[in-house]
Amino acid sequence: MLAFILRRLGQSVLVMLVVAFIAFMVFRYVGDPVVSMVGQDATIGDIEELRGRLGLNDPFYVQFARFVGNALQGQFGISYRLQQPVSQLILERLPATIELAFASSFIALVFGVMLGIYTALKPRAFSTAVVMTISLVGVSLPTFLIGIGLIYLFAVELQVLPSFGRGEVVNLGWWRTGLLTESGWRSLILPAITLSLFQLTLIMRLVRAEMLEVMRTDYIRFARARGLSQRAINFGHALRNTLVPVITIAGLQLGSVIAFAIITETVFQWPGVGSLFVNSVQVVDVPVMAAYLVFVALVFVVINLIVDILYFIVDPRLRDGARTGR
Amino acid sequence: MTDLPHSPEQPVPARASRFATFWRSDLVWSYRHSPVTIVASIVALALVLMAVLAPWIAPYNPFNPATLNLMDGMTPPNSASYTGRYFLFGTDNQGRDVLSTIMYGSRVSLFVGVLATLFAMLLGVGLGLVAGYVGGFVDAVIMRIADVQLSFPAILIALLIFGVARGIIPPNQQEGAAIWVLIIAIGLANWAQFARTVRGATMVERQKDYVAAARILGVNPFIILLRHVLPNVLGPVLVIGTIGLALAIIEEATLSYLGVGVPPTQPSLGTLIRIGQQFLFSGEWWILLFPAIALVLLALSVNLLGDWLRDALNPKLR
Repeated sequence: MLAFILRRLGQSVLVMLVVAFIAFMVFRYVGDPVVSMVGQDATIGDIEELRGRLGLNDPFYVQFARFVGNALQGQFGISYRLQQPVSQLILERLPATIELAFASSFIALVFGVMLGIYTALKPRAFSTAVVMTISLVGVSLPTFLIGIGLIYLFAVELQVLPSFGRGEVVNLGWWRTGLLTESGWRSLILPAITLSLFQLTLIMRLVRAEMLEVMRTDYIRFARARGLSQRAINFGHALRNTLVPVITIAGLQLGSVIAFAIITETVFQWPGVGSLFVNSVQVVDVPVMAAYLVFVALVFVVINLIVDILYFIVDPRLRDGARTGR
Repeated sequence: MTDLPHSPEQPVPARASRFATFWRSDLVWSYRHSPVTIVASIVALALVLMAVLAPWIAPYNPFNPATLNLMDGMTPPNSASYTGRYFLFGTDNQGRDVLSTIMYGSRVSLFVGVLATLFAMLLGVGLGLVAGYVGGFVDAVIMRIADVQLSFPAILIALLIFGVARGIIPPNQQEGAAIWVLIIAIGLANWAQFARTVRGATMVERQKDYVAAARILGVNPFIILLRHVLPNVLGPVLVIGTIGLALAIIEEATLSYLGVGVPPTQPSLGTLIRIGQQFLFSGEWWILLFPAIALVLLALSVNLLGDWLRDALNPKLR
């Protein structure tokens, strides 16, 4: 167990170092940081002086080591565009993105599992065909169009939900939450649905496939022979065995959700990390881009690690295999 | 003039039978028996023709300021404008004909989508062939990069590459270079899928006798890869390429919608949707709706063609 976790940890650190290297290359060589910092009328002497002060004349590996050291402390320099420390910018906007990501994952998980079970238990029903077709169309629609469609329906035509922003927010320490006000909840609905749809269809198809598979197994037939109720068979025996892969995929998808939030946040002008990144790309705000890259990689690596360890705990076969040395 | 290979009573079968073979082949058979595919291919063909022929068949040239009249702005669909001109899909705020902008817009979308997919295909197939054939360290490095890349959403990678390229290219050349940067960014974001599939297929082909025979004959490894292995792994590449084209079109639209894609002087479907969204609240729905429909039809029809191709080329899935 320990060896397994250590090995995974080693791989994660390696991936992070590679990403940090890419981020460093972007940070250091895209545009000239000095030119973006000094004013128009700076002399060559000023520039050289600043270069020396920032350590840009040091050898490559020294600069990289310094970058990694600063990154470990959460320091990514000052945003060119907003003239604020990047770490502060990201921290300010992180709660918005996390609340959105969790809300949409929750919707995707609940409805995805429900629809998956339904379509698997009634494979020949007309409603199943409808759900499957809609999910197919939903997958091929671009996210931003779904968002615009929802805005048109609920904000323009029906005028029941707001189309942009987070509504009123409440400060809990540094965490600025929209979950404590009514307008915050109302603002969350449309973006969360938009972001959840892709994941929802994925989970639904997965649950359906797994359920269909499980329903054919002998132990389900045996449970029927024992005269257990439909309900006990479906939920107590079948569903439980489908959930391990579902949890894995849902967990791994959480990273993609944070990345996909870029699009949703732009459509709904949601003040999260994703919209910060898009705005930074538009004006080539390099420190923010580099920091976002490292941040997303960190999210991915941590989630992968957690899922791996969870899998290890949940699935006894993996555990025994590791103990006997496989 | 003596002995012909067949007697005069027998008709010469070459042409007819070749056509008949083609007509009866698996691919055509599955095409003829899939109404969805027939519809999808007609829609796709119509959209592609519309895009390619835009400069000749578009009712107006939306990018020629001489023909634009601001008084025509915001004309609703299927009605005469202030100056008495007719616009089937209406006009936008600058008086540009929405139908014409869609035609020119799908031209940009298709151009970027096709070139980006070709680029991804070239890169992915090349690296996949090498990884699968050489194996060992080269394989491990290429596939590890592909794995890492596949675990990130393509749109994120494309955004990042786009941002980096923007920082490197001097500002006065950015406008002209934007479309090529976009193509490279989307291509680089999508190569891994090709590489993974081709690598798998190549590893299977490598074991076969014909490759061993070619190797014993001392054929250059590159010739073996290109002339012997490549044709045998092209089926899956075609499938991924078609589905990848739909993805690339959507990615381009998304990037342009986010405001980091093609320059506003050359609007693609995504840019048009971005522009149209501004008028959603003031009631001018047509500026948004028609480009959106065009994009969905394009992506959906190409996607359906890809699905059909996958099923038709892989009888095991049927």
